[in-house]
Amino acid sequence: MKILVCISHVPDTTSKINFTENNTQFDTNGVQFVINPYDEFCLTRAMWFKEKQGASVTVVNVGGPETEPTLRKTLAIGADDAIRVNAIPTDGLQVAKEIAEVVKKGGYDIVLAGKESADYNGQMVPGMLATLTDFNFINACVGMEVDGTNVSATREIDGGNEILSSSLPIVVGGQKGIVEEKDLRIPNMRGIMMARKKPLVVVDAKSIEASTSIDSFEKPAPRGSVKLVDADNVDELINLLHNEAKVI
Amino acid sequence: MSVLVFADASEGKFKKTAFEVVSYGKKVSEQLGTDIVVLTINASDTSLLYTYGAEKVLSVSNDSLKTFNAKQYASTITEVATAEKATVVILDSSINGLYVAPIVSVNLEAGYASNTVDVPSNTNPFTIKRKAFSNKAFSNTVISSDIKVIGLAKNSYGVHENVVQGITQTFEPAIVDSAVLSEKVERVSGQVTIADADIVVSAGRGLKGPENWEMIEELATVLGAATACSKPVSDLGWRPHSEHVGQTGKPVASNLYIAIGISGAIQHLAGINASKVKVVVNSDPEAPFFRAADYGIVGDAFEVVPKLIEKLKAFKLA
Repeated sequence: MKILVCISHVPDTTSKINFTENNTQFDTNGVQFVINPYDEFCLTRAMWFKEKQGASVTVVNVGGPETEPTLRKTLAIGADDAIRVNAIPTDGLQVAKEIAEVVKKGGYDIVLAGKESADYNGQMVPGMLATLTDFNFINACVGMEVDGTNVSATREIDGGNEILSSSLPIVVGGQKGIVEEKDLRIPNMRGIMMARKKPLVVVDAKSIEASTSIDSFEKPAPRGSVKLVDADNVDELINLLHNEAKVI
Repeated sequence: MSVLVFADASEGKFKKTAFEVVSYGKKVSEQLGTDIVVLTINASDTSLLYTYGAEKVLSVSNDSLKTFNAKQYASTITEVATAEKATVVILDSSINGLYVAPIVSVNLEAGYASNTVDVPSNTNPFTIKRKAFSNKAFSNTVISSDIKVIGLAKNSYGVHENVVQGITQTFEPAIVDSAVLSEKVERVSGQVTIADADIVVSAGRGLKGPENWEMIEELATVLGAATACSKPVSDLGWRPHSEHVGQTGKPVASNLYIAIGISGAIQHLAGINASKVKVVVNSDPEAPFFRAADYGIVGDAFEVVPKLIEKLKAFKLA
């Protein structure tokens, strides 16, 4: 089985979000970048396939050289090799088209990608990639098994789950549940040493024109401070929620 | 030229998000000076959409589409968009909407803006405001392709009545094959889901143990709310994973979010801060949630919640 895991390089959740260049650029100053948490669940699931059923695991990122430490970390966790498509990611469709080229060349059976990235939260690359490559597609996946070429998967739906059956090749948009948080792996020293020797190939981008672009960023208006209500006066809270906030 | 809105009907019935996307689509069509066309699949009463501005409804009734299938739904939306010469296609941000929209985008070679929170600030260049960085910022995105796909963030535009004399026509789509098949749907019935709820009552480790959730459920029942929990609570197995809200759990965009015994870790706030009004009850006045909330009570949940239930019951009867 050949597995490709798509990796986004995103700011750690606790990062301060600021912008520079007249609010047109994300300020990376002092920001720590990590593997996109949704992708990390997918990478761990790929490791299970490798260990339990036999599979090769390749990771791919569309980005500049600054994303390589993140790719090295995935190699330290256990991926076999990495591909960096040398392009500045501009929008979901552009990224999906770049990865589609990698998928077509690589002959993968399974492509795992987090259902969203923790930076722009677009939730678009897995579905676009599946459509561009004509792979089957399951999104918001919270569990999957592969037997031969048959796929059994569970996806989250509003208020429950849906069990789906499908076949390879497939693109899966994964989230927590495909593995649990406790299953995530921290690279050990041996993994980190081995990762240095694993291949990280840089491929040229296709110079695809993006169909969307960010004109500017803005931050939410600063919120007023909390209105405190005395614990002995819950009537006042009900009054505020009814007459002021008008939500009950 | 037209603006096409997909109004999803789950088991034949429209949810509030369907009325929200129609309200939004009507406004966008007015901005662009084009017609509005609303597509429904297996909906039982399409006239409900006229109240929100749906002048023309295309109604698909087809047993092959009885169970949601992303590829087949996307193909139907694509076919209608092409037939109606749609320049803008609008979908909701439900789990199914998010599943379908990227496929439609590729099918139509259209730029796709998800998490949209407002009508276009400019129609040429087509500029739209979107949430980014887990609700910590907005981006003003320009879509430059001829056709634009918009995913409207839930509860961002709101439902606006705009009664029109609508008509409903039937549409027969070509059904494409899909190798993804639905085997079984497992849904807890009779409960308000977090995705649909106007009010969410959420509790954290401050509750001390799963045996204390009875009062949380009662508070939710009184308010007609969904119940939710913080990540530590689901990790400890006190509550099911399906109730976990926060960055890696379910997102919440309700009108009212009540957090009881939740300190307000940044990951938790990232998942819930799209909610309009936030209330926190916590015994620790230093809990970070007080900096993110609109209303707060510093106090012991075991004293405050029963009082709140009692007073709310009286309020509801009044």
